[in-house]
Amino acid sequence: MTDQLSPVAADQPPDFDVRGHDSLGLRVQHALHANPVLGPLAVLIVAVLGFSIVNGRFFSAPNLSLVLAQVTVIAVLALGQTLIILTAGIDLSAGAIAVFSSILMANFCTKAGMPGLPALILGVACGTAMGAINGMLVTRIKLPPFIVTLGTLTIFFSLNSVVSDSETVRGSDMPSLMTWTGTTIPIGTFRLTYGSIIMLLLFAVFFYALGSTAWGKHVYATGDDVEAARLAGIRTNRVLFSVYTVAGLLYAIGGWILIGRLASASPNVGTEYNLDSITAVVLGGTSLFGGRGSVIGTLIGALIVGVFRNGLQLAGVEVVWQGFAIGLLVLVAVSLDQWIRKVKT
Amino acid sequence: MTEPVLQAKGLTKRYGRVVAIDGSDLELYPGEILAVIGDNGAGKSSLIKALSGALIPDEGQIFLDGRQVHFRTPMDARAAGIETVYQTLAVAPGLDIADNLFLGREQRKPGVLGSVFRMLDRSRMRTEAKQHMSDLGVGTLQNIGQAVESLSGGQRQAVAVARSAAFGSKVVILDEPTAALGVKEGNRVLQLIRDVRDRGLPVILISHNMPHVFEVADRIHIQRLGRRATVITPKTHSMSEAVAIMTGAAPPPDQPIGGVGPPGD
Repeated sequence: MTDQLSPVAADQPPDFDVRGHDSLGLRVQHALHANPVLGPLAVLIVAVLGFSIVNGRFFSAPNLSLVLAQVTVIAVLALGQTLIILTAGIDLSAGAIAVFSSILMANFCTKAGMPGLPALILGVACGTAMGAINGMLVTRIKLPPFIVTLGTLTIFFSLNSVVSDSETVRGSDMPSLMTWTGTTIPIGTFRLTYGSIIMLLLFAVFFYALGSTAWGKHVYATGDDVEAARLAGIRTNRVLFSVYTVAGLLYAIGGWILIGRLASASPNVGTEYNLDSITAVVLGGTSLFGGRGSVIGTLIGALIVGVFRNGLQLAGVEVVWQGFAIGLLVLVAVSLDQWIRKVKT
Repeated sequence: MTEPVLQAKGLTKRYGRVVAIDGSDLELYPGEILAVIGDNGAGKSSLIKALSGALIPDEGQIFLDGRQVHFRTPMDARAAGIETVYQTLAVAPGLDIADNLFLGREQRKPGVLGSVFRMLDRSRMRTEAKQHMSDLGVGTLQNIGQAVESLSGGQRQAVAVARSAAFGSKVVILDEPTAALGVKEGNRVLQLIRDVRDRGLPVILISHNMPHVFEVADRIHIQRLGRRATVITPKTHSMSEAVAIMTGAAPPPDQPIGGVGPPGD
């Protein structure tokens, strides 16, 4: 008997831990497949280190506070976007819902003379309803999410101009609750906004909901293979509808944080928010093909966008080239996702 | 005479002018493996879908334990105790084995954590999943937390069969369980099917693979042109005779309506 291989061992599935004979590339591929947050995290750390070396001011508490404040709105939008992309969908109307909700809240206060809290609640309810409309169109009329949200994007922006008369509402004309999200708590020289705290709490809530509840498992299963999920007894339409509705809720909260950030409600901002939210999700390692990804990745992805924008600015790179750099990052991230998906087991 | 566990009478399903099933009958008796064979377009899939709630027949009745049932969704059939493993497997590749076993019927933690915070009882689900897998002799899976996509075709099939056996209280329906598998894995799945039957669950097996059908089936239901041509047993008929009846090259044998009776009669 010279054959050392027992038949049992040959039958066993490959164990990821004993792949010493594999090339470095393969091991990296497996590590990323098992833990997709590693890639974005590495990019974030390298970017922070790099920008700190280029400009000493980057890694100062005031500047980091600014980065966090800048990414807060995008991060909340990207959180809703993550839920939708996990179901293999896409939401082009994320920014439109956020901005329109902020305009509604502001106009409820100024034109309808409502106090802060009712205006806020009603505004958030309107944003949730906009998400529900997306969800309805996706699940009932069975249109592709891309087309649905392309249509609603245009509609919401148009309504936005109608309601606002294309006029900006100043923060000082609104109840203080509206701009409360922009107020800060000083921690040393670091200034944390209430908006950022809300953002972090929302990430914690959805980290829990996706990982530890049946709803979360159903979101992943639906995104993985909608037919398989349906046959397994999951009411996939209900899951999809809930995801679009919850995303609408998150976008509206994002709109509220936006008022605090800008100290005003402007109908003319946020056109770039739609794509920026998708960028953050993709950079965070969530697959556009559904079923794979995490909200932690999205938080890291949003921070990568913020760190790049801010870092490139401090390094003296012109604004036009910042977009170029972030676009390049997105392409690299999607290529990486494709490569990870081809993992051989 | 033994009563059938699951019985279909005169099931008909039309899609416009196309008749998928045309007054088809079927009986499944306790403790047996009933194979359903038929050429493409004979209506096997539609028949099975009607039994598993995936389609609603235009006419005909379905009886479970002698009581008439009306399935409108696959959930109805599952709630009644009929578990189906579809050809597409219906597993979520990104989720792990335990998550897949409990997909659609997750268990929550007791108390406030479960009722208010909807927290899943992961440790309990894992323990039970492990138990179900080892009950069926699928001990080769060392890690219940392994993603299903990292498993081989046979192991995925084992997960799907284990799920149906764990939750099916009346009937397990398997649609082409060995189609995508190699010889060795195919044989393992056949053993799994026997194990399910030996645990007391009758099995309906849809397959194109004649050697597999003749190896495990107690009775063979031959579907042709949307209805049941006949029911034979592997003991009384050969593979080539079955194929001849299936394709219409030979007339079905003279038998009382309903074909061969329950096993052991």
